[in-house]
Amino acid sequence: MDIIRNFPAIAILLCLFAGIFSSGLKEKAAGLVNSCLIVIEIGLNLATLLYTISLGDSFVYVMGKFPAPWGNELRVGVLEALLALFFCVIMFLSMWGGKHKLKDEVDPEKTFLYYVLLDLLLSSLLALIYTNDLFTAYVFVEINTISACGLIMIRQNGRTIEAAVRYMIMSLLGSGLLLLGICMLYDMTGHLLMSNIHEAILTIVAEGQYTIPLLIMIALISVGLAIKSALFPFHAWLPDAYGYSTVSAAAILSSLVSKGYIFLLIKIMYRVVGIDIFRNSHITDILFLFGLMGMIFGSLSAIRENDVRRMIAFSSVAQIGYIYMGFGMGTEAGMVASIFHILSHAATKSLLFIAAIGLTEVSDGKRQFIYLTGSGYRNKMSGVTFTVGSLAMVGVPLFSGFISKLLFSQAAILNHGKMLPAMIVLAISTILNAIYFMKTVIRIYTPVPNSPYPPMDLREHWRYATALFLFIVLNVVLGVFSDPIVRLISNGLAMLG
Amino acid sequence: MGANLLANYGEAVAMILFAIGFGNLLIQKNLIKKIIGLNIMDSAVYLFLAEKGYVNGRIAPIVVDGVQSVEAYINPVPSGLVLTGIVVSVSVTALMLSLTIRLYMRYHTLNLDEISTQLRKEGL
Repeated sequence: MDIIRNFPAIAILLCLFAGIFSSGLKEKAAGLVNSCLIVIEIGLNLATLLYTISLGDSFVYVMGKFPAPWGNELRVGVLEALLALFFCVIMFLSMWGGKHKLKDEVDPEKTFLYYVLLDLLLSSLLALIYTNDLFTAYVFVEINTISACGLIMIRQNGRTIEAAVRYMIMSLLGSGLLLLGICMLYDMTGHLLMSNIHEAILTIVAEGQYTIPLLIMIALISVGLAIKSALFPFHAWLPDAYGYSTVSAAAILSSLVSKGYIFLLIKIMYRVVGIDIFRNSHITDILFLFGLMGMIFGSLSAIRENDVRRMIAFSSVAQIGYIYMGFGMGTEAGMVASIFHILSHAATKSLLFIAAIGLTEVSDGKRQFIYLTGSGYRNKMSGVTFTVGSLAMVGVPLFSGFISKLLFSQAAILNHGKMLPAMIVLAISTILNAIYFMKTVIRIYTPVPNSPYPPMDLREHWRYATALFLFIVLNVVLGVFSDPIVRLISNGLAMLG
Repeated sequence: MGANLLANYGEAVAMILFAIGFGNLLIQKNLIKKIIGLNIMDSAVYLFLAEKGYVNGRIAPIVVDGVQSVEAYINPVPSGLVLTGIVVSVSVTALMLSLTIRLYMRYHTLNLDEISTQLRKEGL
């Protein structure tokens, strides 16, 4: 089965070619190519995941047969394959769930561009996950940014263009810092491949050289990627970008794009700098602090919000705070919790966006809470799904959010210095989550006699209903069968180091 | 410390330029000035790379006159990185400029804060 070793490279190249190919196609054909592409990607990544599990170890794919210090490499372990598979599944469900809205949201003549951008986005995400070369990672970070910006602004109104500009400015600040960090790293070590850099860094640290540049480099890269993934003080662009773009784009942006950067940061922590050196630099404490602040302020902003999609967007800020809090603990348990939360947040947030669109649709397209009253009765499937998503976000057992909160608390208990603040903020944030999500659930299940808006015919929208159903299944699977997934994640982390 | 700075004046200038560009991109209200800041920031990184990649007295790694010694040449990778970086920053700049044109045609101003105020008035 050695042919599977080629699958990650094929997966990345296939997306790029599909993007180029789709740019010459009509709307329908481009959509078909996109759907087929994502299905093929799911197959390829599933095969890779099974192969790495059976192999019990990671493997390196050498691009173009140039050996180590010169060539470009992909590195595939269990964790990478798991995340790639998961991202493809989420992307497929988000696309499926938002497809019926697409014709209202995007100019029909430009719809093919939407699919081109999606193909490119997927390729950059896969490349960020699999690459073993820092400069390649930088280039794909930029491709990711550009295609995400295109996805935000493809729905043409003033808000989205402004949001796209704000997103670009923040992203460019982040990638400037990242690029400078990578250049400094190259100057210190003379390598661009992650494994070679790591060896060089170990010698540098052992000899006690370059202590200050090393610290500055770690700070630059962490802050750069934190800005790009919308950690708390850098989230100003996020509510508009997620709130006004097309629904599939919002689901994909919130659940996948920021996670791509976060995973790159994990790889840099483990494979480039080394987790011990990273922890000793105390950058983790800063990430911990900002994570805690994000958890509280994101939820507070969400409570104040009167627009359901912007509320979900603000909740993302809080959830990203959780992930960085896990990094900040600096322990393996914290990291496992963060990675599980990446999965659980991706599954839940895209579900909420897709479900919210069904609720607003039966409320004359209005998104303010006052119009949503009773919409859970008019669109039963969306109501149920939104409730499931809310329960998962709050952390009720059976759903994915419970497991991630459990893992975070366990990790906090193991870390004596940070136990108290982490536990207190977790509790406060859970209560705040419960306030705004339960408020919405009660609102959509408050009956209104003689509602002026017609209910949604689910038979007509079978595709949407199936996507919602699959989202619920995914959430419950993550919540109930979490043990094997957590074991996979810790195995994958061990392979990363 | 001072002597080191003087010896590595190229890198020092690059860092100052980076800070100027970063500050402009972050603080300026005018979109065009922001884009100029972006370009200064990116160019500073390229200056840093070029400065780091050059060794006094060595030449580009193109074999002429049969000189094969490694000592005679500089490392070509930083120059390659600069080229890649330039391609990226050109495309990003083009995207930013096109977004700016869109916003200007809609709101007749380049000031991002004013655009936000107008958007709030629109109540979209």
